[in-house]
Amino acid sequence: MADPRNVDIKDQPGFRTIAIICVAVLYVPILILMIFSFNTGSLVTHWEGVGLTWYGTALLNEEFHNAAENTLIISVSATIVSTICATLAAIGMTRVKPWRGLPAAFMVINLPLMVPEIITAVATLSFFALIAGVFGLNFGIGNLILAHTVFCIPFAYMPIRARLEDMDLTLESAAADLYATPWHTFRRITLPLLIPGIMSGAALAFIVSFDDFTITQLVAGPGQTTLPLYIWNQIRRPMTPEINAISTILLLVSILFVSVSFLIARRRAK
Amino acid sequence: MALSQAALFEAKAEKASARRNRLLSLPALIVIGVFGVLPLLIILVYSFLQAAPYGGVQWKFSTDAYLNFLFQQDIFDDTLQFTPDFLIIYLRSFLFAVVTTIICLLLGFPTAYFMATRTPAQRNWWVLLITIPFWSNLLVRTLAIMFIIRDEGLINNLLIGLGVIDKPITMLYTNFAIQLGLLYSFLPFMILPLYASLEKLDFRLVEAANDLYATRRQVLWRVIIPLSLPGIIAGCLLVFIPALGAYVTPLILGGGIHLMIGDLIAQQFGSGRNWPLGCAQALILMAAVLVALYFYVRTTSGKIQHG
Repeated sequence: MADPRNVDIKDQPGFRTIAIICVAVLYVPILILMIFSFNTGSLVTHWEGVGLTWYGTALLNEEFHNAAENTLIISVSATIVSTICATLAAIGMTRVKPWRGLPAAFMVINLPLMVPEIITAVATLSFFALIAGVFGLNFGIGNLILAHTVFCIPFAYMPIRARLEDMDLTLESAAADLYATPWHTFRRITLPLLIPGIMSGAALAFIVSFDDFTITQLVAGPGQTTLPLYIWNQIRRPMTPEINAISTILLLVSILFVSVSFLIARRRAK
Repeated sequence: MALSQAALFEAKAEKASARRNRLLSLPALIVIGVFGVLPLLIILVYSFLQAAPYGGVQWKFSTDAYLNFLFQQDIFDDTLQFTPDFLIIYLRSFLFAVVTTIICLLLGFPTAYFMATRTPAQRNWWVLLITIPFWSNLLVRTLAIMFIIRDEGLINNLLIGLGVIDKPITMLYTNFAIQLGLLYSFLPFMILPLYASLEKLDFRLVEAANDLYATRRQVLWRVIIPLSLPGIIAGCLLVFIPALGAYVTPLILGGGIHLMIGDLIAQQFGSGRNWPLGCAQALILMAAVLVALYFYVRTTSGKIQHG
């Protein structure tokens, strides 16, 4: 038996095994899906050979092009608008003297996180149906951009707020002491220091918009197919490994943006 | 005199900065207010209207949507019959969400604790490892589960290949599939908040308990778990709420046979063509979520007062 003094007292028996099982459970299905995207055979779960056949099929598919284009238009627009809104709101709501309505404003910003997605989806659908019926307004793909912007704002807001809370106040007061105008102080001191938070927030906003299925499916009009909707349409047909190839592309985009956001946040912590 | 002038100036500056801050927050508040909050009010109104035959609503007041939630009009004598179909789907969803939360906690707590007791460099890698599935596409992850448990999926192929079984075990489109999918989807939602709370744990207390001859089990139950209760509650809520309103999981793994609240609501806006009923169902789900959030706020604010 090991000398009890050599065993870390913080360790709990079996916890390591459970942690490893959890990571395995989370990754094995995704990895299998990715591996089968390199299958040259036409069956999703029967292996024939290694190749990029289905990536070729996907990339040459016009429906895929349209879906990718729609997805990029929507998620880039929603990311830009939501990041600007979130940055301004974070500056107006963090490290400031509490203004009247601040707690309510905080609740409004976080609201999209608390409402289940399916409720947001049917509510947004009803809203756009109403303004189309009463005012004859239809923004086309703008409907989806607006719907995405709403739930992107709290995701962009969180890292920006965290960054502001960590920031050193003395630099700004030093600038003010040196007769910098508030605008100058913001432009030359606050904003440069805030950039990592803004980038991290924009990366998160982009992922949640890029990946959204529920809200997009209910709000999207005809011809407004995004990549997740394209995958959903493929599931209902006889499946080919093309679906694995497109899924793998989607996963890689998520992994890329999460890692970027994570690394920026870690650099901050150092 | 000079003093009061200075005070006046300061009050003015403060007012100006409050106005500036309010103005800065305005764009975000307007976007969420108009396209996030207003739609919720619209479905509240819609839930009290009559359904139009081809989807949408007719502007006539009606409480049918709420009545139809529990009762169905008899075709022959127009009396209301108690029909618990929707209620059963709500209870089923509740049960799914509770089981998901419990199993996620049982798996997630040891994982988060193990992560929190690594060296800082190792911790970073573990956090990234859990963060990636947290942000990965839910539809794709659900699809990955589907590929594995299908009749001609990996598990069945493997078992048949090994000669354990000769006919595939049906797993897809069952309650088991939905439960598995929910667990798989929301496990990271439990681990990350638990980790955030365990990472801040003062491990000197664990050492102190150990010095006082507490066993590992006692340290766990009497020191670690009580101290990480806020994280446990936050994690449970972050799993319970999305699991209760899950839409993608039952859609793909339940195959439209085994419904949850999410599909039920979506159905009313699709083939069901009963928007008011869908709105009422969404609001009843929202009420359940608000009850959960209320308990969360109450338990956590109680904790702060004690601590």
